[in-house]
Formats: sequence, structure tokens, C-alpha cells
Amino acid sequence: MKNPYLERIYNGIVKENPALVLMLGMCPTLAVTTSAMNGLGMGVSTMAVLILSNLIISALRKAIPGEVRLPAYIVIVASLVTVVELLMEAYLPALYSALGIYIPLIVVNCIILGRAEAYASKNTPILSAFDGIGMGIGFTLALTVAGILREFLGAGSFFGMQVLPDSIKPIGMFITPPGAFLVLAIVVAVMNGASIATRANEMVKGCDGCCATCSKTCKSDGADASGKEGGKEGQK
Amino acid sequence: MTSLIMIIVTTALVNNVVLSQFLGICSFLGVSRQMKASASLGGAVIFVITIASAVASLLYDFVLVPLDLTYLKTIVFILVIAALVQMVEMFLKKNSPAIYKALGIYLPLITTNCAVLGVALTNVQDGYNLVECVFSGFGTAVGYTVAIVLLAGIRGRIDEDAVPAPFRGAPIVLLCATLMAIAFMGFSGLS
Repeated sequence: MKNPYLERIYNGIVKENPALVLMLGMCPTLAVTTSAMNGLGMGVSTMAVLILSNLIISALRKAIPGEVRLPAYIVIVASLVTVVELLMEAYLPALYSALGIYIPLIVVNCIILGRAEAYASKNTPILSAFDGIGMGIGFTLALTVAGILREFLGAGSFFGMQVLPDSIKPIGMFITPPGAFLVLAIVVAVMNGASIATRANEMVKGCDGCCATCSKTCKSDGADASGKEGGKEGQK
Repeated sequence: MTSLIMIIVTTALVNNVVLSQFLGICSFLGVSRQMKASASLGGAVIFVITIASAVASLLYDFVLVPLDLTYLKTIVFILVIAALVQMVEMFLKKNSPAIYKALGIYLPLITTNCAVLGVALTNVQDGYNLVECVFSGFGTAVGYTVAIVLLAGIRGRIDEDAVPAPFRGAPIVLLCATLMAIAFMGFSGLS
């Protein structure tokens, strides 16, 4: 993987897939994947915000003073989210009402601030934009696949088209909130079984930093927590 | 009065913020490792969400609506919440060190808790007035606290159990959350 731009995209989709490996942005991952269309819509909106926020934050990285960078990032991200929200309300009203409150909540999606802090604030704008594309595609793929699975199991349809015959009753639980937790539990268990390291296991051990700001504030709290839990982790 | 009690029951139990709306999942999974920390975080969340709901409601009704700037609500709310948490932290540090000691380290964590922004935005969407916003904020935060304390209790027990290897760590916690979410779905009969 010599080309650094392609490497960014590969990294986002496979190596550091934000939803499956880094376990960032859990709220939308669990909440909106009740259907394939909602998952895809949420993924694409998040990707649009992520690419632009990475690009803008990276371009301004030398202009933003270190002490106030997080409030500055939040203002940039919130403005972009408002733009996406207004565009969606105008052109895709059905999707807008289906996603509802989760569109403005893209602002607090850990992926966006996390990439701003971890990547865009240290790299050139074009590379950062490609990082956003890679992460965005990775997130969209994960959300769409989760949506397809939950919609198929819970409603027997694929992007709204009925695929299961009426004689087979779908398992309605999969499109309810408990179904979301169940699907995620099984996905992480499968990844554990296949020894693919995910951040989920660190996450449940204490605030390992769901996002940039969070990990900073948790350092003091997490330090002793990781000490105590160190022994248990060893046996894995 | 009945409608206010109804708002609390709905926000705390029927539409539980974590188990049916998936807001604040990060801290729900992370902090629930310890019972004491969960209870303290719950206290801090009740405190911050109740105040933030009131402030967001006042700002929306008396600043954003008269100026016709409602489309700026996301930006305004997130900044106000961040500033508010800072101010609450400074105020507590100076005026009541006891509460600060108990809740202090959790206060900054709450800024990025999507539940706070989520409640403020939902209140506006539902067109609640100031009193209703305070009750809905309080109810939501109580629901969060109930969920995280219950999960902490369950996790205290499963820690000692023989869990199948792939399910150790996150999956078993998520399975507990699944069962809790199923139990909470029973409350939907109340509304």
C-alpha cells in the first residue's frame, strides 16, 4: 500500500473501521439501523460532515490555538451538521423524519471529533479529506450492513422490498431497541472468537475514551482503573 | 400536574434514554464497571441535564425564537452546554467542595454525553414550555441513572461467573443491556 491516499481509505474501511474496530459513534450505530435505508442515510450524512470537517480543521490547524481547539472544532462541526440537516429537510424529508434527533446529534458523534483530534489536526488537508472518505465509507458500510441484517430478520424486507414470503414470520424483536444491543453483542463476540481486536472490550472496562475530549478527561480516572484491571486483561 | 408526572414516567421509564434511545451509551458501558462511580455519575447527570434543559429552553424561547434564529439551535445548545458544565464545575469547586468531590471528575465527561444535547433538542421538538422542559430533563436523567446503576449491579455479579470465552468483556455486558432493554419495553404499557 504505497499510495498514502489509498492507504487512508483502506485504513478507514478495514484496519480502523470506526464502527466495528474503534467502536466509535455507538449511538447512531445502534439507534438508526432499524432499516437498511436509515443506516445508509445516516452513514452518508456522517461521511459528508466528516470529510468537510477534516478538510476545514486540517486547513485551519495552524490558525487555531491549542487551548481552544476543541470549542473551535465543535463550532465547525456543528455548522456543517446544521447545513446537512437543512439540506436533508429540504430534499429528503422522509429520511429526515425517520432519522429525527440523530441528525443534529452527529455533532457529538465521537468519530468526527476523534478524527479531528487524532488525524486532521496533524496532517495536510488533502490527506485528512481522504481519511474522512475512508472512515466515512467504513462507517457507512457497517451501518448499512447492520441495517440490512436487522431489517431482514426483523421485518423480512430488503431496502423496503418484501423478500420473505408471508408464511415466514419475521423476528420482530430485531428492529426494536433490544435487538440492536443483541446484534452488537453477537458481532463483538464473533470478532472476539476470531481474535480480531476491537476496542469494545477496553471500553466496558472504564471510560477508555469514547472520543477526544472524553479520553482527555478520563485520563486521571482511567489510570488507576487500568491498573486494577490489568491482571484480568492479561489472561486474554 | 398529571401531565408533568406523565412526562417524568415517559422520559424515565417508557422512552428510557439509554435503553430505548441509545444516548449516552459510551459512559453507560464504560462507567457501569463500578457501582459507586455509576451512582456518582448518575447524580452528576441529573444535576447537569436538569439545569441544561432549563437554560436551553429559556434561550430558545427568549433569544432564538424572537430573533428568528431557530436553525442555529444545534450550535447554540452544544456551546451553552459546554460552557454551563464548566461554570457548574467552578461554582461547585468554590461553594460546595463536598459535592464537587463526589461529582467533580464526571462533570467534564458529561459535556460530550449526547444525552444532554439530545434532551435539549427533543424538548424543543416537542414544544415544551420551561416547566415541562425541567421535568422532562429531570425524568430523562433519572432514567439514565436507574439504567446505569442497575447495569452496575448486574455486572458486579457476572464478574465472577464463567462466561464463554468469546463473550467475555463487551459482549456479555451488551447481552445484559439487551435483557434490560426487553424488561424496559414492558413499561410501554404505561403511556
